[in-house]
Amino acid sequence: MGEGRQVGKGTRVRAFICTVIGVIIALYVLFPFYLVVLNAFKNQASIVADPISFVGASFSQLKTNLSAVVNNQNFSFWYAFGTSAVITVISLVLLALLGAMAAWVISRNNKKKWASAIYMVFIASMIIPFQVVMLPLISTFRDVGKFVGISMLQSVPGIVFAYCGFGGAMTVFILTGFIKGIPYDLEEAAAIDGCSPEGTFFKVILPLLTPVITTVTILNGMWIWNDYLLPSLMLGQNGKVKTLPVAVQAFVGSYVKQWDLILTAALLAILPMIIVFLVAQKQIMSGMIEGAVKG
Amino acid sequence: MLSPILMIGGALLLIISLAMDIGKSQSTARGPMLVVGIIAFFVGLYLFPTLKHHRKIVYFIFLFPLLFTFAVTVIIPLVLGICYSFTDWTGIRFEQVVGLKNYTTMFKDPAFIWSIVITFIFVVLNMILINLVGFLLALLCTSGIKGDGFFRASYFLPNLIGGIVLGYIWQFVFSNVIIGLTNNISLLAQTKTALFAIVLVYIWQYGGYIMLIYITGLTQIPGDVLEAARIDGATPAQTLFHVKIPMIASTITICTFLTLTSAFKQFDVNMALTNGAGSVADFMGNYLSNGTQMLALNIYNTAISKNNYALGQAKAVFFFIILAIVSLIQVRVSNKKEVEL
Repeated sequence: MGEGRQVGKGTRVRAFICTVIGVIIALYVLFPFYLVVLNAFKNQASIVADPISFVGASFSQLKTNLSAVVNNQNFSFWYAFGTSAVITVISLVLLALLGAMAAWVISRNNKKKWASAIYMVFIASMIIPFQVVMLPLISTFRDVGKFVGISMLQSVPGIVFAYCGFGGAMTVFILTGFIKGIPYDLEEAAAIDGCSPEGTFFKVILPLLTPVITTVTILNGMWIWNDYLLPSLMLGQNGKVKTLPVAVQAFVGSYVKQWDLILTAALLAILPMIIVFLVAQKQIMSGMIEGAVKG
Repeated sequence: MLSPILMIGGALLLIISLAMDIGKSQSTARGPMLVVGIIAFFVGLYLFPTLKHHRKIVYFIFLFPLLFTFAVTVIIPLVLGICYSFTDWTGIRFEQVVGLKNYTTMFKDPAFIWSIVITFIFVVLNMILINLVGFLLALLCTSGIKGDGFFRASYFLPNLIGGIVLGYIWQFVFSNVIIGLTNNISLLAQTKTALFAIVLVYIWQYGGYIMLIYITGLTQIPGDVLEAARIDGATPAQTLFHVKIPMIASTITICTFLTLTSAFKQFDVNMALTNGAGSVADFMGNYLSNGTQMLALNIYNTAISKNNYALGQAKAVFFFIILAIVSLIQVRVSNKKEVEL
């Protein structure tokens, strides 16, 4: 009896200590976010004087900062936000659709040499770092663009094309693994009912892929939305078309140490992602885990 | 009847639009013509009146788009890139093949050697520290504390933010907030502390993600195994080292290589936080001003800032070889583990 009580007390003390440690770490992790939000409400002078306390923070200052940032020539928030959103959404839809189509063909022919060869090339390509292809990529896209008469650099279609190419391998890899687990009987039943192969794919297979398409969409989405290097090389630092990370970089480059403006810009840049996270927290976290474990 | 018309018409449009390039035509109709031509060709192919080969045609149409984008963005640039690294390529054209000259030049450059050294230090430090932090956080979150959902979400939060933005956020934190704790010298002002700062930021960004993977591993340990250990009178420490850690060996492998490759490719944070700046008084008899420039950033700066594409490309190929070796080791280790289990 006495021992049982002691164990109970010990676990409670331990749980309390764990919670305290957890809270301290959470404060450390969230502290930079607090600083960003807080200092977006201040002007440069009060930020430099005291970046941690509420002194000098006001809604009118936030409005001033926001309008200074949003209408800034180098940043043009709404335009950059829109471009990023368009690029991300189109790339994600295409990757999911084209990836599922390719993965289905590969997994339904996995005993044939050509299919396993394509699959192996996709897997092997996942180790290629972006740095080794980025320079020739630009010149290839420039040449292809000239050849076909469609601008591939400094254009949204060009960058979507590149994301389909770079994201294809991982997408096909994860989707193929999933499709292999779908019993072939399902497709045979559809075929007996007179369904064409493409009809079978769109009516039977694609709906079954919803959970795994969610996973690849999250993985690709986090990458494409936050990607800096590819758009900065393809679109140029001060090109006409800008994604959000490129705009932040261009903006900060022209306002060194103007923390009121920089932090307001940072707040605007992280806000969309945080809102998405708050809405779809569970899916994002489990998607990220699945991507890591499978990849 | 429609099918051959579409196929031939599409092919014709395609050929004409490409021929216009060779004929140096400046017509803006070229691009749309090409796209319409390709679509017409594929629709024609799809409608091709055959029952026997219909399945094969569908397979081809389904596979083609992704393979095409993949070939143009990955395979062709990779092959070209490896070839360019043996030439005097300027990013637009090359005049002559120079053999291994780029490769010998890059290893004579102290700044590049320095980049390699600090990248390796950074990678090893990160691998150890992020795994340690991630694992401890995972233990914390699975210890049955209240509100673990909140803790998980908040530890993971930094992982959502792109490296560029969080690099600037931390630049602010280091130069305006933490500076009060460090005698008014920013951590970013000196090379050694700046490298330490990059490690710190990277752990902050990546630790929560690794934690999530460890949590998955830990929660997959069967409950009866832990129960048996408890009944046998194992202390929490014994359970940890003799039950939990051996049971999640495969998770540890995944996390180790994940942190290794991602730290190796690190670019955004490096660029936004220090942009490579930092003085090194004497390295191989030279003064360096790029003390915090890691490999990926060095490659970028060589090609883009210094406009030396061929040398940058050679460095990139070297970078690729290192990563390929790491990946091969990973495959070996994982396969061995699976055999043992």
